[in-house]
Amino acid sequence: MTPLAVSFIQDPNFLHVLYIVAFALFIYGMSGLTGPRTAVRGNRIAAVGMAIAVIATLLSHSEGNWALIAIGIVLGTLVGVPAARNVRMTAMPQMVALFNGVGGGAVFLIAWAEFRNTHGYEHTATYIVLFSLFAAIVGSISFWGSNIAFGKLQELLPGRPITLGRSQQFVNGLLLTGAIALAAAVAAGSHSQLEFILMLVLAAILGNALVLPIGGADMPVVISMLNAFTGLSAAATGVALNNPALIVAGMIVGASGSILTNLMAVAMNRSIPAIIAGGFGGTGVVAGASGAGAYAGTVHSVSAADVGIQLAYARLVIVVPGYGMAVAQAQHAVAELAKALEARGVEIRYAIHPVAGRMPGHMNVLLAEADVPYDQLKDMDDINPEFSRADVALVIGANDVTNPAAKTNPASPIYGMPILDVENAHQVVVIKRSMNPGFAGIENELYFKPNTAMLFGDAKSAVTDITGELAEV
Amino acid sequence: MLITNLTILVLAGFVGYAVISKIPNTLHTPLMSGTNAIHGIVLLGGLLVIAFSGNSTFNKVILVIAITFGTINIVGGFLVTDRMLEMFKRKPTRPKDGEGE
Repeated sequence: MTPLAVSFIQDPNFLHVLYIVAFALFIYGMSGLTGPRTAVRGNRIAAVGMAIAVIATLLSHSEGNWALIAIGIVLGTLVGVPAARNVRMTAMPQMVALFNGVGGGAVFLIAWAEFRNTHGYEHTATYIVLFSLFAAIVGSISFWGSNIAFGKLQELLPGRPITLGRSQQFVNGLLLTGAIALAAAVAAGSHSQLEFILMLVLAAILGNALVLPIGGADMPVVISMLNAFTGLSAAATGVALNNPALIVAGMIVGASGSILTNLMAVAMNRSIPAIIAGGFGGTGVVAGASGAGAYAGTVHSVSAADVGIQLAYARLVIVVPGYGMAVAQAQHAVAELAKALEARGVEIRYAIHPVAGRMPGHMNVLLAEADVPYDQLKDMDDINPEFSRADVALVIGANDVTNPAAKTNPASPIYGMPILDVENAHQVVVIKRSMNPGFAGIENELYFKPNTAMLFGDAKSAVTDITGELAEV
Repeated sequence: MLITNLTILVLAGFVGYAVISKIPNTLHTPLMSGTNAIHGIVLLGGLLVIAFSGNSTFNKVILVIAITFGTINIVGGFLVTDRMLEMFKRKPTRPKDGEGE
């Protein structure tokens, strides 16, 4: 390069202009996600913004270290590309948890390196120190919390809540106070790396302690929250490093994660602190145990052939998918069944509860993978009035989101949670492995209603059987 | 410097809120993986700090790890989001429903 070009590229103002272009592309790209038609382009536009930000930074700070930077980027690509290419759609929640985790990990490592480079924040403006310490604590919480969430979703750890019971909140409070006290000591000018490391360790334990008590069905809330944490810690890193692209990108992610966390909590009618404090565990399990057998009704079991006939003569069938469909990888079988029914002139709708599955929008992605037209997927508020018009509501691997106890039984741990009104359908068919209660350990009185029929079996093989029987009708 | 950065921070928060709240439930999973990719921008932090890391081997090691993490985020996040969104785009409607191709 000519000297003129070099001086131009390394001009800080030029770099800032490129950062502005980058974050403008992020915002423009993200606004493309408002519709499935423009979303692919939006995502690619955001990726172009990212490429500009990375290349601009590389060109402006070229002091040696090329080899180290190359090692990092090559390693990251070698891990990231195959992971993104090969992950199954049913495993997306784990994938997102893992990506949240590495982001948080990068944030706290960068803060730590900054601390060491400046010999314990020597001659560093107080505000930079504060933002850097915030990033270190939140990044560490996010890293460890996300890893635990990954472990639970991947079933490396038990999905059930692991909790200290009543003392959990007290312990969490103590850990947070300890981490903040150490951060204050470092900010006050202790220059002590021991204190910094101890602060990271307390934040790490807090990350574990926050997510271990969370049960499977509360996962959508936690994943969204960790997403927000990583975003906010990235924004704080941006302030500490005086980098506008980092600030804007971090805040977009922070806003997105916060919005989703709130949506999920509202959809469960539970406050975010209540979920963090220990999910349905403890009380939920006890209530479930004592409530077992409280419904004296009988369970009607049906065969796939019966269900096939019912579906064949229906006008409107509403499919209610849940986590069980994801576990059984049944989305393609469900789409096949729907196609066969549509060929007979049956109208098909899918009722998607906001917290069905393990992350926001989990069911939508699975059904999109199986080529289900997205305009057949209906949100809870839109589909609920339709159930009374439906001939059959076909519940596939969903449980708590259909439990009428949420409306009728004030003693139920899920009382007040908005549910899908499947019981209003003329006939309800529930595909379920066994009569075991769902995650929350609560008996579902839906199964004992006179208009409910149970088809026991694995979701995938049961749905395939129904499709087979349909051909005979 | 602080005031400028805080201004950017607050405004970006509001812009983020305005943009993200328009995104429909259907696309919430791609939204999460897309934002995962975007927070991979911490990679820039790693690139900036490594320039000042002096001779400390330990600093270099943790920063290479940070750069690796950031790259996983960016590359993996954008790719997996693209894969998902292609599935949404693929078949907007069946012919019977009229709308779409």
